Amino acid sequence: MASSPVTAAPQPALHGWLTGMVANLGSFAMSSVAGIGDVAIFTLQTFGWMFARRQRREVLLPSFYQIGVMSLPVVALTGLFIGMVLAVQSYAQFKALGLETRLGSVINLSLVRELGPVLAATMLAGRVGSAMAAELGTMRVTEQIDALESMGANPIYYLVVPRFLGCLVLIPSLTVMADFMGVLGGYLYSHVLLGIDYHHYWENSRAYVDAFDFLMGIFKSFFFGAAIALVSCHHGFHCTPGAEGVGRAATNAFVHSFVLILVLDLFLGIGLNNLHDFFRPEGPRKLL
Amino acid sequence: MPAAAPATSRASAEADPPVLRVDGLGVQFGSQEVLRDISLELDAGQTLVVLGESGCGKTVLLKTMIGLVRPTAGDVAFEGRSLTRMNDRQLAHLRTKYGFVFQGAALFDSYTIADNIAFPLREHTRLSEREIAEIVGTLVDEVGLPRTVLLKKPVQLSGGMRKRAGLARALALDPQLVLYDEPTTGLDPIMTDVINELILRVRERPRVTSVVVTHDMSTARKVADRIIMLYPLFRLRPDEPQIVFDGTPAELDRTRDPRVRQFIEGRAGNRLTELLEEQGLTDRGRPAATAHDASIDDETAEEDEEDAT
Repeated sequence: MASSPVTAAPQPALHGWLTGMVANLGSFAMSSVAGIGDVAIFTLQTFGWMFARRQRREVLLPSFYQIGVMSLPVVALTGLFIGMVLAVQSYAQFKALGLETRLGSVINLSLVRELGPVLAATMLAGRVGSAMAAELGTMRVTEQIDALESMGANPIYYLVVPRFLGCLVLIPSLTVMADFMGVLGGYLYSHVLLGIDYHHYWENSRAYVDAFDFLMGIFKSFFFGAAIALVSCHHGFHCTPGAEGVGRAATNAFVHSFVLILVLDLFLGIGLNNLHDFFRPEGPRKLL
Repeated sequence: MPAAAPATSRASAEADPPVLRVDGLGVQFGSQEVLRDISLELDAGQTLVVLGESGCGKTVLLKTMIGLVRPTAGDVAFEGRSLTRMNDRQLAHLRTKYGFVFQGAALFDSYTIADNIAFPLREHTRLSEREIAEIVGTLVDEVGLPRTVLLKKPVQLSGGMRKRAGLARALALDPQLVLYDEPTTGLDPIMTDVINELILRVRERPRVTSVVVTHDMSTARKVADRIIMLYPLFRLRPDEPQIVFDGTPAELDRTRDPRVRQFIEGRAGNRLTELLEEQGLTDRGRPAATAHDASIDDETAEEDEEDAT
C-alpha cells in the first residue's frame, strides 16, 4: 500500500526505537539467563569438589579462622545493639497498651526468628564476602588463579571449597552469638533502663519463644552462608582487570549477597511457617 | 601460511615428532578475534621465541598452548594428544609436564616462597616434607636466590627475585615444556640478562622445550633457536597470515618485511598519528574538526562574506 510522505517519515524512527527496545530486552534476558547458568555451574562444581577430595587441614583452618573467629566480635557487638534498639522502639507502643511485661516475647521472637540470622549473615557478607571477592579478584587479576591451573591444581577446590565450608559451618555459630547478644542487650535495656520486672520478662519470653523458632533461624542461616560464599567467590572469579574491577567485584559481592539473603529469608520464612502450621494445627500463639 | 619451520640448532631434535603442534588455531573473545589460523610445530629441545607488539595475541597463544584459554577454532596437541578433547582431570594431569613462568610471577601472596615452590610437589607427588625441602633448596640455588628468601612472602621480594622464584616453581616438577610470558618485562638490563642466562640454563636440561613470549629483542636474540612474529589482526587483511615471520635469529636480522623491520628497529612510524586519529585528535593532540566546529566555521565564513559586501 502506498503511503504519503508525511505519514511515512516517522515510521522508521518508531520502528528503530521498537527494534532497539526489543533487542535491549533480549540482550538483558540472554545475559541474565547466562549469568544464572554460570552461577549454577559454579555451584555444582563447588559441590562436586567438596565431595571429590578431602580438604587439607592447613588450607581449611586459616579460612575458618578468618570467617568464624574474626567475625565474632563484630557480630556480637551488632547483636547487642540491635537487641537494645528493639527494646527502645517497642517499649512505647507496648506501654500504651499496658503490655510492657510482654516486651521480652516480641524482642526475643524477632531476634531468634529473623534479626539474629539476617544480622549475622549481613555482617558476614559485609566483612567476609567482600573480602573474599576482593582477594579472589586480585588473584584473578594477578594471574594467581591461572598459575594454580597451570600447575594442574583446581582453583575451585583450593580457593572456593574452603571458603564455602567456612561460611556453611560457621554461620550457625555466628547466628547463635547474634541471638545471644541480642537477647542479652534487649533484656539489659528493658530491665536496667526501662525497669521491666525480670521475672515477667523471661516468663513471657519462655511462653512465646520455643525451640522451633530458634532452630528456624539456625536452619535459614545455612542457606545464607552458602549464598554469601557462592556469590562472593563467583564475583571474585569473574573479576574484570584493574583496581576498578576488584572494587566492583567486592561491592557487587555484598550487594548481591544481601539481596539474596533477603529473598531467601522471605521464601524460607513462608516455607517454615507453613511447616510450623502443619505440625501445630492450633495456629500461632497470640500475644494478647 | 607462515614460512616453513627453520632447522633448529639442535640436530638431535629434528628426527623426533613435534612436542607441540598448533593447527589452524583461532581464538575469539566475544566479537573480538585475537588469533586466526595459527599453525606451528615445536620440536623437542627447541626454544621458540614469539615476538609481536602489545595486543597482538602472544600471551593468548601461550595460554592456549597449556589449555588455559580454549580455542574457538583449530587444535593444540601435546605429544600428539589434543588438549581441546581432554576433560579437566586429563588436562590437570598433562599440565604436570608443563612449567609456566608468568609475567608478574603470579606467586601466591599468602604463601612463603618455600611453600610457593613446594606447591606443585605437594600437589602431584608423594614426597616427604624433608625431600620436598631438599628439592626446593636445590631449585632456589639453581635460580640464584639466597636461601634466606624461603621464609619470606612474595611481597617482600624485588621484581627480579619474584621472577626467579616463579621460575623455580615452574621447574619444580621437571617439566618437558616451559612457557615464559614476558619473563624480562619490568626488569633492569642486568637482571634481564640474568633471566636470559637462566632461560639458557633451563634449555640445557635434557629434552626441555621452551616457548618465550617477549617483545625484548635482546632476549629474543640471546635465547631463541627459532623466532616467530605475530601481527595484530586489525592491521591485516582477512587473507594475510598472522605469523608474519618464522625463522632463526640470523634470518630475522636479514628480513626485508617492513612490518618486521619496524618492530626490531623499534620505530614508531605513523603509529602516533593513527592512535591520535582513533581518539578523534589531530597529530598535534588537538581535537579534530567536528560537525559543530564545521557549522561554526561556515557561520563565520558567511559573516565574513557579509562584512566584505
